[in-house]
Amino acid sequence: MPADNGQRPEEASIYAKNLVRRFGDFVAVDGVSFRVEKGEIFGFLGPNGSGKTTVIKMLTGLLPLSEGSAWVEGLDVRTNAESVRERIGYMSQKFSLYDDLTVTENLQFYGRIYSLPPVRMKQRIDEIVQLNGLGPYMNRLAARLSGGWKQRLALGCAMLHEPKLLFLDEPTAGIDPVARRELWDLLFELSGHGITFFVTTHYMDEAERCSHVAYLYYGKLIADGTPVELKKIPDVQPAGTKRVEISTPEVTRALKVARKISGIRSATIFGESIHALVEDSFDLPELRAQLLKNDITVTDIRPLTPSLEDVFVELTYKHQAQLETVRE
Amino acid sequence: MNNLFRGFGAVFYKEVLHVRRDSATLFFSLFIPLIQMFVLGFGIDTNVRQVHTVVFNGDGRRESRELIDRLKNSDTFNIIDYVSNDRDLNDAIISGRARVGIKIPVDYSDRLIHNMSAQVLVLIDGSDSSVAGQAINVTTAIGLDESLRRVLADRATFSVDMRPKLLFNPDSRSPNFLLPGLTAILLLNVTTFLTAFAIVREKERGTLEQLFVTPVRPFGLLLGKLLPYFFIGFTELCLILACMRFIFQVPIHGSVLLLALLSLPYLFVSLSLGILISSKAGTQGEAMQLAFVTILPSIFFSGYIFPRETMPIFFRVISYFVPASYFINITRGIILRGAGIQHLWMDGLALFAMGTFLLIVAARRFQNKVIMA
Repeated sequence: MPADNGQRPEEASIYAKNLVRRFGDFVAVDGVSFRVEKGEIFGFLGPNGSGKTTVIKMLTGLLPLSEGSAWVEGLDVRTNAESVRERIGYMSQKFSLYDDLTVTENLQFYGRIYSLPPVRMKQRIDEIVQLNGLGPYMNRLAARLSGGWKQRLALGCAMLHEPKLLFLDEPTAGIDPVARRELWDLLFELSGHGITFFVTTHYMDEAERCSHVAYLYYGKLIADGTPVELKKIPDVQPAGTKRVEISTPEVTRALKVARKISGIRSATIFGESIHALVEDSFDLPELRAQLLKNDITVTDIRPLTPSLEDVFVELTYKHQAQLETVRE
Repeated sequence: MNNLFRGFGAVFYKEVLHVRRDSATLFFSLFIPLIQMFVLGFGIDTNVRQVHTVVFNGDGRRESRELIDRLKNSDTFNIIDYVSNDRDLNDAIISGRARVGIKIPVDYSDRLIHNMSAQVLVLIDGSDSSVAGQAINVTTAIGLDESLRRVLADRATFSVDMRPKLLFNPDSRSPNFLLPGLTAILLLNVTTFLTAFAIVREKERGTLEQLFVTPVRPFGLLLGKLLPYFFIGFTELCLILACMRFIFQVPIHGSVLLLALLSLPYLFVSLSLGILISSKAGTQGEAMQLAFVTILPSIFFSGYIFPRETMPIFFRVISYFVPASYFINITRGIILRGAGIQHLWMDGLALFAMGTFLLIVAARRFQNKVIMA
């Protein structure tokens, strides 16, 4: 695990060690540790209610830590919450703009909040506008912008004060695919300039684009690493097994059949194909023959590398099983 | 020190932009109270006049007609009908056509002429206590007057002559009594609603959450958000006072400056109440309901309508916790009785203490339920 790899906490963008947050008897965050290096795009995933927001609140100094420690941009959040907030930007999924203020007024408001001197503020607004192309809309009310533009404005507001670290809470929820793509292009460009991004999302394709991913499951961090590293961990790809994709026009029937074939450990539908975890000894022509015997037309069978979704699904199953054994 | 109010300027400026852009809200919040004021000022008269009265005159001679004229001249009774039997007299009251029924017996004149006591039956509908009270007082007074006149005959002077004199509101005008109290209610209304809405709106939009992760300090945020509404509240007070003085002709006996000064702690209480509501309410609808919860006791337990002295002890205790009680004492004191700071400083201090208490509770709730939620 990348957490605590010997470097000093001050050198990371975020360094969290054994974060715990309790609300009464309920443990919302249970011993979470991770480390985000400068310039990374860190994807923070997990089901709703798993504690992602609580972790963000702890890292931004809004919520005191019940246990553990956290450094953000070289500052201890327990003692320097305010200075931390000077150095970070935050964009929520609601885009949090003032609908009845114009684009310019929204930007200026955040400029004043961060006490930018007037000359600097003008300069920064020009830079932001150049970057995100808001130019033609400067005098428009925020309410009249489309979803994609609202999100660009919100991002602009969040980074006006040149934060080194940006928290983006589901930045692409409810916006169209083109705007989504463009936002990610922008994030890559900015991360190239050394800005760190802490992004929560439910979209697996977005998670795949992150340079570092962590998965929070009911208060516990159950995965942490680069997408490539995660796909190689043994729980996901048990020794002696391989993944295959079976393309067939009749997926539902094929799934039933596949689950009965010994040698197939698990199988799920992905669109017009089936993803299966099969034993290494079971070769592909043999699998095809077995399916054909059961009247299943197979258009293609090919080996498959696991997706991040596969990774999270497998880890979640494993974790649930552990929880159940603990209860028994 | 400057740090504690970080963000104040930015938030204040932004809030002023909101108010300016949403001029409809500003207009309504300033003028609806004035409309309420006009309805109450022109439409409601708490003095009992011209009570509908039915008379059954069984006698009909000069003495009985004189008595009826006296009743008519009192301005309390308005004789709408004469009936000729007991049943019609009762029906008139039961049906609600008349509040008072007067029965003069057949032998009224005879008994008077023979220096015997003549009885007049006065039936009063007790369902409205103030009307009933007034009817009893006036009929008793007329009866007493009539009797004295007959006993004293030509001797011109009474031994004891009571001369009541109403101080401060000599004509017993209702606006003089109602409007200073109404000022307190309307002011509470406007400022509490506006502040609660202004904060809850940011909650709904998610911008509040955004502001918490900036270096803005809670004091800077709240102060910046509230100050514009403080000014609106103060403008409202000036408008109400101007209308009261120049349209309703209520004279202001005391110092307007003192009134303005003592309205500051009251506005402070209203704003703190607004923050408290906004810490509880998640939507503007909820904020509206909660604001009503605070406004109702201000109407009923503050002495605005019902005198606090006659309340049952339980409600009287409540009235001490209603900020409007103190401010109504201040407005009536200054406007009607010409009271000075030496009479009212306690009320001002009570308001200030309440405001401070509410602000602390609100700020704590805000920290625990809103920021850390």
